[in-house]
Amino acid sequence: MSFIPLFFALPLVSAFFIPILGKIYRPLVWIVSTVVSFILFILALYGTAVTQEIPMIVYKMGNWPPPLGIVMAFDSFSALMVLVISIIVFSGSLFSLRYMSHYTGQWKFYTLYMLITAGMMGVSITGDLFNMFVFLEIAAISSYALVAFGVDAEELEASFKYMVMGEIGGLTFLLTIALIYAKTSTLNLADISNSLQMIRGSTFFWTILGMLLFAFSIKAALVPFHSWLPDAHPAAPAPISSLLSGIFIKVLGLYTTARIVFNVFGLSRATDPLFFNILVGLGLLSIAFAGLTALNQGDYKRLLGFSSVSQIGYIMLGLGIGNYYGVAGALFFILAHALGKGLLFLTSGSVVHATGTRDLKKLAGLGERMSTTAWSFRFGALSLIGIPPLVGFFAKFFIIIGAAQAGFLWIAIVAILLSILTLAYLLKIENSVFMKKGKIEAKAAPFTMRIAMVFLVVLIVVIGIGFQPVMDFIVGPAAHALLKGLEYSHLVFSSFTMNF
Amino acid sequence: MMIFASCIILFLIGLYAIVTKRNLIKIAIGFAFIEYAINLLFALIGFKRDAIAPIITSLDAPHNFVDPIPQALVLTAIVIALGTTALMLTVILRIYNRFKTFDIAEIKKLKG
Repeated sequence: MSFIPLFFALPLVSAFFIPILGKIYRPLVWIVSTVVSFILFILALYGTAVTQEIPMIVYKMGNWPPPLGIVMAFDSFSALMVLVISIIVFSGSLFSLRYMSHYTGQWKFYTLYMLITAGMMGVSITGDLFNMFVFLEIAAISSYALVAFGVDAEELEASFKYMVMGEIGGLTFLLTIALIYAKTSTLNLADISNSLQMIRGSTFFWTILGMLLFAFSIKAALVPFHSWLPDAHPAAPAPISSLLSGIFIKVLGLYTTARIVFNVFGLSRATDPLFFNILVGLGLLSIAFAGLTALNQGDYKRLLGFSSVSQIGYIMLGLGIGNYYGVAGALFFILAHALGKGLLFLTSGSVVHATGTRDLKKLAGLGERMSTTAWSFRFGALSLIGIPPLVGFFAKFFIIIGAAQAGFLWIAIVAILLSILTLAYLLKIENSVFMKKGKIEAKAAPFTMRIAMVFLVVLIVVIGIGFQPVMDFIVGPAAHALLKGLEYSHLVFSSFTMNF
Repeated sequence: MMIFASCIILFLIGLYAIVTKRNLIKIAIGFAFIEYAINLLFALIGFKRDAIAPIITSLDAPHNFVDPIPQALVLTAIVIALGTTALMLTVILRIYNRFKTFDIAEIKKLKG
């Protein structure tokens, strides 16, 4: 019995049972979702431990050997993504207990919550292109529904906008799968990568790479395609905003891009500098444009949405730099931004729960009345800005080292200067919501909400202080797994399922 | 080759509808166009002239059969398309109940 399928089977099964259990005893829906996400967290830790010994675990669905059947290929990069997903899902689920209590139809919420988890888990461990599409759509469709969960006018409009953009991305991905299948007659990522090496450098090769980059850029909300994110993420309930901004865009946009560019197409900075320069350009554009737009926002969550677009740019920048420190920094940034932005969206939920508004002009003086929320916000913000010894500092630090090593000293300097934008827009929230004196009715956040926020704060501090083991055992191996490039296919074909 | 190009043309017609039409229902129809185009492309990729269905009863029979995988993929893609279309139409109906219009230009609660 392998543990790999549990990552998506467990949330799928619980998504099926939650409506039934909710009919029997209503609080059960929350208990199931929290327990399942905690089990996933433990499994992810176990998976990370296992990948220390074995670089690639392949699970064959229905016991068909790799080129014929669907395989799940679990390596260090998947382990990192699964770990981050489970952390954010767990804290979001804890937070939901009180935050969702004034919504009706809670079982629908938790069913969709488990489905989106299953989709993201599936995307990060699958080794099959079409299977990746299916999981991507499971996650995407649940996210459209979750954005519209409040069924207010703004939420429906945001959901529709998001759906149109997201589906254009998803269907472009499907079209690309059709073209790839027509050319290579296979859907297995490892097999595709072998076949693509025969036509490396041809027009077809670059066309499908461009189409995939387009599709995933929409999913990741990189700047020319970002217009849906600042509408959709704020419209969702706070735990969902935290999930969407924290990890969803990274799994659907950046994990897929990195996997396809490095492991399937086998590109590296040494052989294709032009392509990697495009990624660097996309990254810098996102950081600067979305950062400047964020300065102008007057809505707590909308500002954080623009901030997410800006921070995604850093990850793309790190991937585009393409050497070990650049890629490791990008992956560390995925972890750091998931914790930091997940936390900031949870604080926004806590503020909305207490006051009922997220307009920065109306909010004031919450620093004393909601001290846990305020301090959580400060830790998350300092981590995102990159203040040592919090986790965000090391992520940015590695990207900058990578840039300097690759000979892009100016990129390193620009990246540092653009951090000032992060400081500026987060100070805007700190200033108007928590520091400014004012009279507004608010009670402290309920206990489970505070637990969820403190959990993330602890992780931000602990991973920041103990960054060396995290780098050595989790992020470093993941970066190596990516930079191995075409050895991926060799690993998939030579690995066999052991008793895991 | 022409027949593959026609799929791409159908795809582009759908994209045109999504980008230029102001009516929400027409945008949903644009998506349906794109989905049909891709499903048709999949079916054509697996097509072979004068081939039989891929049901093999004995190994002596001639092996000229169509590729079954694209057909399986189309079935999956249809189910996913059904999910998205149903959700999209539901959201459109809800939007109509709130705004009393299908015109995308009048649905502007969100800024920027």
